[in-house]
Amino acid sequence: MSTTESIPEQKPASAAQSGGGENLLEVNGLQMHFPIRQGILFQRQIGAVRAVDGIDFAVKPGESLGLVGESGCGKSTTGRLVTRLLEPTAGSIRFDGEDITHKPVTKMRTARQQLQMIFQDPYSSLNPRHTVGTIIETPMRLNGINPEQGHKKRAQELLEIVGLNPEHYNRYPNEFSGGQRQRIGIARALALKPKLIVADEPVSALDVSIQAQVVNLLQSLQEEMGIAFLFIAHDLAVVRHFSQRVAVMYLGKIVEVGNREDIYARPRHPYTHALLSAVPEADPDGGDRERIRLAGDVPSPINPPSGCRFRTRCWKAQEKCATEEPPLVQISGNSAGHLTACHFPEEPSITSRDEDVVLDPALAALEESAGSGAAAESSTGEADKAATPEKSEKATDKD
Amino acid sequence: MAIELSPQTADGTVPSTFLDVRDLRVHFPTEDGLVKSVDGVSFALEKGKTLGIVGESGSGKSVTSLALLGLHKGTRAQVSGEVWLDGNELVGLSEAEMRALRGEKVSMIFQDPLSALHPFYTVGNQIAEAYMVHHKVSKKEAKERAVEMLKRVGIPQPDRRVSDYPHQFSGGMRQRAMIAMSLVCNPELLIADEPTTALDVTVQAQILDLIADLQEEYGSAVIIITHDLGVVSQVADDILVMYGGRRIEYGSAREVLKHPEHPYTWGLLQSMPSLTGDVHAKLNPIKGTPPSLINLPSGCAFNPRCAFKDRVPDGRCTTERPELRPMAGNEKHIAACHLADEEKAEIRGTRDKTDRLAK
Repeated sequence: MSTTESIPEQKPASAAQSGGGENLLEVNGLQMHFPIRQGILFQRQIGAVRAVDGIDFAVKPGESLGLVGESGCGKSTTGRLVTRLLEPTAGSIRFDGEDITHKPVTKMRTARQQLQMIFQDPYSSLNPRHTVGTIIETPMRLNGINPEQGHKKRAQELLEIVGLNPEHYNRYPNEFSGGQRQRIGIARALALKPKLIVADEPVSALDVSIQAQVVNLLQSLQEEMGIAFLFIAHDLAVVRHFSQRVAVMYLGKIVEVGNREDIYARPRHPYTHALLSAVPEADPDGGDRERIRLAGDVPSPINPPSGCRFRTRCWKAQEKCATEEPPLVQISGNSAGHLTACHFPEEPSITSRDEDVVLDPALAALEESAGSGAAAESSTGEADKAATPEKSEKATDKD
Repeated sequence: MAIELSPQTADGTVPSTFLDVRDLRVHFPTEDGLVKSVDGVSFALEKGKTLGIVGESGSGKSVTSLALLGLHKGTRAQVSGEVWLDGNELVGLSEAEMRALRGEKVSMIFQDPLSALHPFYTVGNQIAEAYMVHHKVSKKEAKERAVEMLKRVGIPQPDRRVSDYPHQFSGGMRQRAMIAMSLVCNPELLIADEPTTALDVTVQAQILDLIADLQEEYGSAVIIITHDLGVVSQVADDILVMYGGRRIEYGSAREVLKHPEHPYTWGLLQSMPSLTGDVHAKLNPIKGTPPSLINLPSGCAFNPRCAFKDRVPDGRCTTERPELRPMAGNEKHIAACHLADEEKAEIRGTRDKTDRLAK
């Protein structure tokens, strides 16, 4: 495998992003730095948590864009910025042809009719002292929307759409299970007939059988009502199921974005490879998948690594990665719209490679000792074991 | 592999297998009634093997693991049945006797390492304490042992990190420290209760591999409790599926995942989104919600959610509780379902055409 592969074809990211069709949501150079202050009387800023550090993406009407990444990569912050629950420090957000980046809160209300959110925790996102009816009606009342059939009828219709009994209109959230509460949250988001729903980990708090029910519900809403979704999740399998396009985030940057097929079958960024290979599959044969075990956790976004942010955990990192930040571009061999930010991209395949990538020092050490034991017993395994020490050395260098 | 087939009788004879759980019951009396969290669960496990216990929240999997460690002693819980560990019966032991075994012979990795580690003591201190309880060593030796364990589980600069407090560790490192603590006395049985649920997927992969590799090195038996069938398929030799506090399917991991016999297991597998297969196929969720443990449905506890109960004659699903019975052609794979084998074959036949999981 050649590691010095050059990138001949470089298109600026924004050009490739905006191509083809009108975008419902357009985000350019979005940045969110949370200040860290110190001092008692005179607080000075001593640094910033660079939660989101310049990202571009677009969502077309009726499309679902999945945003995946590990905790701390800034995916939830992105969702909150798009709905303007947080004030971005830089960049622009255009929604439905209108710049809403710094729109005053009083004027945001009209935009928010079209831009709703579903939250992760179905327990804390519903007011326990309001009935289900009140919860669903409040957005309509606040926005002065008076449906023909009246608020109550409309709320009951919505309950029926999300698969709840309309007679439960007068119940309180504590009378419902987690999955049912998430449905109430969805009904509330639907009350204003939005064009875009930002769903922040909508199913991660639910049991697997309930999770599938909610995913199916969201999917049918997307298909029948043509609602676009910004679907934020850490579970790659759920995102694959729900989103036509997927963006992979790492430490506040998008490292790879593309169509579902491109990301899941032909990923190029080493981080995407690592993420996909880490997903446990309920297939005892495991298929023919590559095995990549990264070392350690995500570094702190207060002081992110220079150049490529993934380089501290990457097995292909070279000097160039530390000095030069790779642009998010279409690498030669990728289809249009599949952008990758990497100097030394991987082969576009997820099948197992000749040799596992094991960067974790403890794993490498254990597997090496197990490997040498096995090699002593049988000589057949020697060929692939020979390369292991080299790998583990590399791994310890990284720490 | 040892599959316990005659589970409902607790006859008191000393078993030959390393861990033998027979007819374990854990009931909690509450104001609303008796909560039967675990109701007649039996399984067996040999050294060096891994058992995966799978189920939704409230299926009794965590309560089972706490009972194995004797952590219900001194609470209101009523524990009955037998737990044989290497020839010793654990349920009847006093708290003091159990304490001598805990950590030394049986130990546990908890789901949330931040709340399982004491915030007031350094990580090294807590690991050393566990070692000193069971070994007559000086503080210095115990600390050296802690450093060695931290190194083994892959904490960078273990000699420095040993005097850090838990809050100074990241989530993955805390779970590693937790593993180091549970392995410090080389326990013969390790119970991991949702060890990776709170972790990111890349860290989860590291931790699962680490548990598997350490198991190989120490030769201990491992019980891994999870709701994620993907996790068990990676590490487990046997799988026990629990529903409403009972076993509903039990067999080798391969058999249970490849040829599941219970409609609940089918449902679990079909509601899991996967990285392969047809992306346009809809998920096939199990309808309804898990039952209340106070008032289990009569007959088969799964019957209100089961799509195939009409195929069983005389409404037996709602009147008669199905017994665990071995599956045709494989004595070691048992499931509790009234469906006749022919019916199952027919359901599978129609399913195979549409099912994205049946590859």
